[in-house]
Amino acid sequence: MIRFENVGLRYGAGPEVLGGLNFSIPPQSFQFLTGPSGAGKTTLLRLMLLSLRPTRGAIRIFGEDALGLSKDELTKVRRRIGVVFQDFRLLEHLSTYENVALPLRVTGKSESAYRAEVTELLDWVGLGERIHAPPAVLSGGEKQRAAIARALIARPELLLADEPTGNVDPTMARRLLRLFVELHKSGTAVVIATHDIALMDQVGHARRLYVGDGRLEVLEPEDL
Amino acid sequence: MSAREPDLLEPRALSAAYRPTALIPTDTVASRALVVVIAIMTFLACLTAGAAILIGEASQSWRGDVAESVTIQIRPRLDEDAEALLAKVAEAARTSPGVAEARPLSLADTQALLEPWLGRGLDISKLPLPRLVVVRMRAGHGADLGPLRTAVAVASSEANLDDHSAWLDRLTAMANVIVSFAGAVFLLVIVAMSTAVGFATRGAVANGREIVEVLHFVGASDGFVARQFQNHFLGLGLRGSLAGGGAAALCFLAASVLSAWWRNSAGGAELAALFGAFSLNVLGYFALVAICIGVTLLTAYLSRWIVLRHLRNVQ
Repeated sequence: MIRFENVGLRYGAGPEVLGGLNFSIPPQSFQFLTGPSGAGKTTLLRLMLLSLRPTRGAIRIFGEDALGLSKDELTKVRRRIGVVFQDFRLLEHLSTYENVALPLRVTGKSESAYRAEVTELLDWVGLGERIHAPPAVLSGGEKQRAAIARALIARPELLLADEPTGNVDPTMARRLLRLFVELHKSGTAVVIATHDIALMDQVGHARRLYVGDGRLEVLEPEDL
Repeated sequence: MSAREPDLLEPRALSAAYRPTALIPTDTVASRALVVVIAIMTFLACLTAGAAILIGEASQSWRGDVAESVTIQIRPRLDEDAEALLAKVAEAARTSPGVAEARPLSLADTQALLEPWLGRGLDISKLPLPRLVVVRMRAGHGADLGPLRTAVAVASSEANLDDHSAWLDRLTAMANVIVSFAGAVFLLVIVAMSTAVGFATRGAVANGREIVEVLHFVGASDGFVARQFQNHFLGLGLRGSLAGGGAAALCFLAASVLSAWWRNSAGGAELAALFGAFSLNVLGYFALVAICIGVTLLTAYLSRWIVLRHLRNVQ
């Protein structure tokens, strides 16, 4: 699904912030991306999302050379990826419903075609009573759930989530994690960046990608 | 209570009339300012274009009037019977092909013509003044004066034909200069408006960078993003051009009513003769509508082009 071959990244003439990255995200896999703060977890997620270009190495995504993609091809790739940002990135002038529906709306679908699907998912993440509320009036946890719902609504083949349970209570965190696991069971590959060891321990079959000192180490479930 | 609050109180209701919110925020200070700029520019463009149309029509009308009218000037010798010669030349003109009417000006008519310069009560019969025959050509015969010229020459060697061509040429040149000047002003207004739209689009893209980024990450193509900006600016252009074009149309209507009222006054008739009735015809109003449509489409197209150019450089 995604393969990194000797990938490195530096900003300008500075030192490499990430280097020698060799790993792959297999289809239908589940992994946590972990490591200390500032180690480069978010940067690595941005490389996977192709919003950053590596300064060396090769990235293949869905069988294509990611660095040679045209803008149209990049758009098609991004429609196969769902992403949850750490800072949510909800559009302030849209309602919760409209934010969650965004990935379907940009494909040109009519609103009536996705209304039932979006309201059902909003119900599932506990935002059924907040569909008209703009993000400004949502709590941190509600914003996070809206961001997760937006990432899931188009049933992506790959889900990238940056600290998706950072702002919710443990009960909601378990509920959201169950949602990710269900999604994984239905065939989506999941990458969750988190510091939360307790959360990681709840998914025994998950791989762990540990980022530290600009390097990445892959720990298989049997190594844990 | 605002219009949005009832929705919050009835959270499960997505009414049948629900329409998705525009992805580019519409009600911003910059948007309102751009609507005002577009309205002013459209108003100026419509005024300039309307004025050019009025002058063009007036000049066409003068040229038409003058082209169908020629004057025969006769300088009778002192020993000649001027009235007989006048009648003879008028008759020769009347029988010439293409002539609708040949009217000799009597001594009284001539005196009336000279009255503004020479005053009343002067006996001009003793003065060696040329006598005139006013000839009106049939429609479409103004250009071919050859037969009339020959007939007049045969009738009298003292008569010559003045087709007003020198004056007509000066008039045409003046009208062309005015219309060209109006065209240049119109172009400048359009360039100024395009520049304002360009700045506003770049501003909107810069302010909406976060929106554009999110749209890209959720799978929006450049075309989709550009279309959102295009629709946004299409709406602004439409509002501005309708306001500006409507105001200009009202100005022309008011000018038409005022000039009709003023035409009955002493100076009004002369002004109307020179500049026409200050009244745009239906085609003139169509031109104003065309300018409004053009401004709206130009605004939308420019914004789309600028956004696409910007997105080309964004990963």
